[in-house]
Amino acid sequence: MNPFVYARPDALPEAVRLGATGRAAFLAGGTNLVDLMKENVARPAEVVDINRLALRDIVEIDGGGLRIGALVTNADTAYDERVRRRYPLLCSAILAGASPQLRNAATNGGNLNQRTRCYYFYDVQTPCNKREPGQGCGAIGGANRIHAILGASPQCIATHPSDMCVALAALEAVVRVTGPQGERTIPFEDYHRLPGNEPWKDNTLAPGELVTAIDLPPEGFAAHHTYLKLRDRLSYAFALVSVAVGMRVEEGRVADLRIALGGVAHKPWRRPQAEAAMRGQAPSRELFEAAAQGLLEGAMGQGDNDFKIPLARRAIVRALSQAAAGTPQSQTDKRIA
Amino acid sequence: MDTVMKVGIGTPLSRVDGLEKVTGRAKYAAEYEVPDMLHGVAVPSAIARGRIAAIDDRAARQVPGVVEVLTHENRPREAWLDRSWKDELKIPGEPFRALGDDRVLFAGQPVALVLAESFEAARHAASLLDIRYEEEAHNIDFQVSLAEKFEPSKKRSSFHPPKNRGDAEAAFAEAPLKLEGEYHLATEHHNPMEMHATTLHWHGDGKITVYDKTQGPQGVQAYLASAFGFSKSDVRVVNAYVGGAFGSGLRPQWQVQLATLAAKHMQRSVRVVMTRQQMFTHVHRPECRMSVRLGADVEGRLTSVICDATTSTSRFEDNMEDIVIWGMMNYASPNAAGSYSIAPRDTYTSADMRAPGAATGMTLFEIAMDEMAYKAGVDPLEFRLLNYSEVDAMNGTPFTSKALREAYREGAARFGWDRRSPEPRSMREGRELVGWGVATGMWDAMFSKTSASAKLSANGHLEVACATSDIGTGTYTVLTLVAADTLGLPPEQITARLGDSSLPTAPVEGGSWAAASSGAAVQLACQSVAKKLLRAADKVEGRPLNGAHSLDDVVFEGGRMLLKSDPTRSVGIVQAMQAAELPVIEEEETASGGISGMVSQMLKSRNTHSAIFCEVRVDEELGQVRVTRIVNAVAAGRIINPKTARSQILGGVVMGMGMALHEETLADRKLGRWMNHNLAEYHVPAHADVEQIDVIFVDEPDPEVTPLGVKGVGEIGIIGTAAAIANAIFHATGKRIRSLPITIDKLID
Ligand SMILES: Cc1cc2nc3c(=O)[nH]c(=O)nc-3n(C[C@H](O)[C@H](O)[C@H](O)COP(=O)(O)OP(=O)(O)OC[C@H]3O[C@@H](n4cnc5c(N)ncnc54)[C@H](O)[C@@H]3O)c2cc1C
Ligand code: SF4
Repeated sequence: MNPFVYARPDALPEAVRLGATGRAAFLAGGTNLVDLMKENVARPAEVVDINRLALRDIVEIDGGGLRIGALVTNADTAYDERVRRRYPLLCSAILAGASPQLRNAATNGGNLNQRTRCYYFYDVQTPCNKREPGQGCGAIGGANRIHAILGASPQCIATHPSDMCVALAALEAVVRVTGPQGERTIPFEDYHRLPGNEPWKDNTLAPGELVTAIDLPPEGFAAHHTYLKLRDRLSYAFALVSVAVGMRVEEGRVADLRIALGGVAHKPWRRPQAEAAMRGQAPSRELFEAAAQGLLEGAMGQGDNDFKIPLARRAIVRALSQAAAGTPQSQTDKRIA
Repeated sequence: MDTVMKVGIGTPLSRVDGLEKVTGRAKYAAEYEVPDMLHGVAVPSAIARGRIAAIDDRAARQVPGVVEVLTHENRPREAWLDRSWKDELKIPGEPFRALGDDRVLFAGQPVALVLAESFEAARHAASLLDIRYEEEAHNIDFQVSLAEKFEPSKKRSSFHPPKNRGDAEAAFAEAPLKLEGEYHLATEHHNPMEMHATTLHWHGDGKITVYDKTQGPQGVQAYLASAFGFSKSDVRVVNAYVGGAFGSGLRPQWQVQLATLAAKHMQRSVRVVMTRQQMFTHVHRPECRMSVRLGADVEGRLTSVICDATTSTSRFEDNMEDIVIWGMMNYASPNAAGSYSIAPRDTYTSADMRAPGAATGMTLFEIAMDEMAYKAGVDPLEFRLLNYSEVDAMNGTPFTSKALREAYREGAARFGWDRRSPEPRSMREGRELVGWGVATGMWDAMFSKTSASAKLSANGHLEVACATSDIGTGTYTVLTLVAADTLGLPPEQITARLGDSSLPTAPVEGGSWAAASSGAAVQLACQSVAKKLLRAADKVEGRPLNGAHSLDDVVFEGGRMLLKSDPTRSVGIVQAMQAAELPVIEEEETASGGISGMVSQMLKSRNTHSAIFCEVRVDEELGQVRVTRIVNAVAAGRIINPKTARSQILGGVVMGMGMALHEETLADRKLGRWMNHNLAEYHVPAHADVEQIDVIFVDEPDPEVTPLGVKGVGEIGIIGTAAAIANAIFHATGKRIRSLPITIDKLID
């Protein structure tokens, strides 16, 4: 860990000003940033502790959605009565992640901005384009059991590790940010990015931009949804594959549908065409298989992670049947519904 | 008086050190504050094999607070003089010596130690060293290393070579039923909760006190004395509390080497603590491949057992384990043969990890046994009983005791085994396939010469002391119980002192021998105190114990000595000491098992056994396994403390679940490096993975095995557990997976 200057501003404008140096890092719950600093992966010259900012509320927004502050903890979000009732998919995805202790400390803004768990990214003695542009990617041809099968590039095959973000992608949330240029909103789809030739960029935040809140649109798919997470043990492990589904069923047909995958790409993975193909159809296993096919088209294994392709296919089919039946996956009963 | 419940051997007593631990008062090696101490941070090698060409430490030395950067070039010359010296385990080869020379032998090897006035300065400076290497070809892949496997001519002293019997090859060739399989266990790292750490107090008068994370303070003491040129009497090593070890603290690790080098160099106190990442740069359970061939007659009676195994070691030491002997010992096949070799790779030397050898060899063998049971069309439990051996089938010697039959019976009854439907894939609940599996466990019941002292004060307080270690196993509590049992004192009046090289001699804590050995020593020391007390009782007015000539004539209970022939006549312990004007009685004794013990050691086999029953539920489509029920029935002689003993079995079973389903250190072959070196990516079971575990201790009186009739329970819990799970998965799914851990990718394959 390198020496750094620590600041704890009281107000947003000050935080944004301090964060705009290009060498600063915002500190929220610290559950990811501090680990990365200890490993010398993150070496900020300034640490801007944002915990005094007034970003800890969950409020109603016009037109029926909810605005969730960036500093609301993952736990407080998941256990908020309004979130539980109207956005059980989000609640479920959050509770599928990490451990109670971590969720008590982790914030929503931090969850969006947490970095990949790629082994090489975490080990400064190995090559990694995301950590040090131009070094090469250690994971390609290396240990890549947890890596991407979709949307990867020859520069980087990392995945985004968040569970919460997979649900947010399915809910088509909107990220509110404030930066040196003022305020703007980013549709969730555009928030995280694929690695391409710039794998060091996880998302589309500009330097100094701070996430202030996440807006949830009115539609929460409370009746038909699921978050199905598959991992190497029954709790407290990152997803090998996860599936968030939000479905609206009208008169026995799929009226609206969102599917997002976690653990398979550099961002929560969606294929709107695959969703569109299901609309208006009656739910059936064949339909679900076709959706899986569509979502996974072009999927490519890297060796150790080849198994993720069939696993993802089966997980999608199961998750769709859970959502259609209105029997979402429990995050406490470990039996898969 | 007589109504007081005697607390002693067999009483389920909560940990006597529990309060210290949960309140944080129990100090671990990294927590001792010593004056004027430097912080040392180790710099790991970036390459797996080669030479250090140059180290540029200028930037590191610029960091305020940094006082020295220690490397192979400037370390104290007098260290590492005695090249032939070995630690207590005496692994053949040349032990690793930190900063010994410019050679890099494994990735993550400490190649420099930055010393600073603060931990933060040292850690930062450590990241600024610029090291150039000359890299050489290396290999970390066990499969590749098999091309270089060999049978070492010089064996590790603890190694038991397989003893062949009959003509196993011919019997196999002729057997009507044959099984042939290749089994595999991945590399696992120990990862106890407490990281390896040393706080070395440099007293300035030639003496040092070393707070070290180790399983053997006297081993470390002897090691530091001879490897670093101290006189033994100047070195005191303390490990009063150890946050788990699982064998990782059997040998002195590199942090104590670095701390000692640095302290000598700086003539100052030093602390060195490994990070969790660095915990993956040293000891680990060897990877193993074992081929098993079994032959049986049409009824399922084994006619041939053949095991050939290879485990991994480093290029600088030949670590060996007992892998192939377990099946040969445990089953009554008239023909059996085994061979064992090791394969070197460019890693640190593999090491003993909870039940070394058996946890691997017995477990893999028990998967093969399960396969053979299906081949023979016999229930897997029935199959084991059919091939039951009353004697140690490899050595031809009787056991001091073997209540495995009872363990099978009681375990099966508790589990409800008779309700099992024999066909694979025949049990189902909802979406999940249900499977029931069984396996056997077997471990050595060892005894090691150990001394202990007992010191009784006139106020009735007793202190017992022994240099053995409590690595979380409950030794403090067990020794308190033995002392309470012998002198009839309540546990609150007893203090056990352990984990200090200045205490009476004990071997390194391992092999599950601590309770049996140090327990026997404490009992002897307490008996000597008891004899003195009996003599002192003579001085009490009226001589109430008149007629008591030896300990056999009295009982110790409730702080008093009672005449056996007439319990109304008694003398208080305090009363006796006062009458005899004895302020303290202090005795030291050594338990060695005696001559007769040694003779019988050769004529009889001493083992613990277990029967493990397991239920899994598998979502086959998604490769998800839930271990919903385990019954582990253990035959381990006399149980001193049923409560801590049960905890040992629970812990062993959970670790066995990790072996079955989770634990695997992943390597990058190009870099020669372990990659998932943190506890987010190296998986052990989480709470959600652990459901119902039932522990049964079957009755197994065995006055012969050790002086207290105790066999030890620290390791038997893990042995065979992973096989029971793998076998249950087969029963559930019909899928036989021969490579552990059984991860999701193998299941959906
Ligand atoms: C052992 C372990 C297991 C875990 N398992 C899971 C899991 O299964 N599923 C899962 O989803 N997550 C898991 N996590 C990750 C956890 O969810 C994240 O660490 C957490 O959400 C990060 O939030 P934080 O507030 O602590 O962020 P911090 O560590 O404070 O920050 C993380 C990053 O976000 C940036 N940042 C923080 N807030 C803002 C903001 N408002 N605007 C802009 N940038 C910001 C920081 O600068 C930093 O780069 C696990 C973490 C650990 C340590
Ligand atoms: S996958 Fe991405 S994060 Fe991992 S080593 Fe390659 S470049 Fe780095």
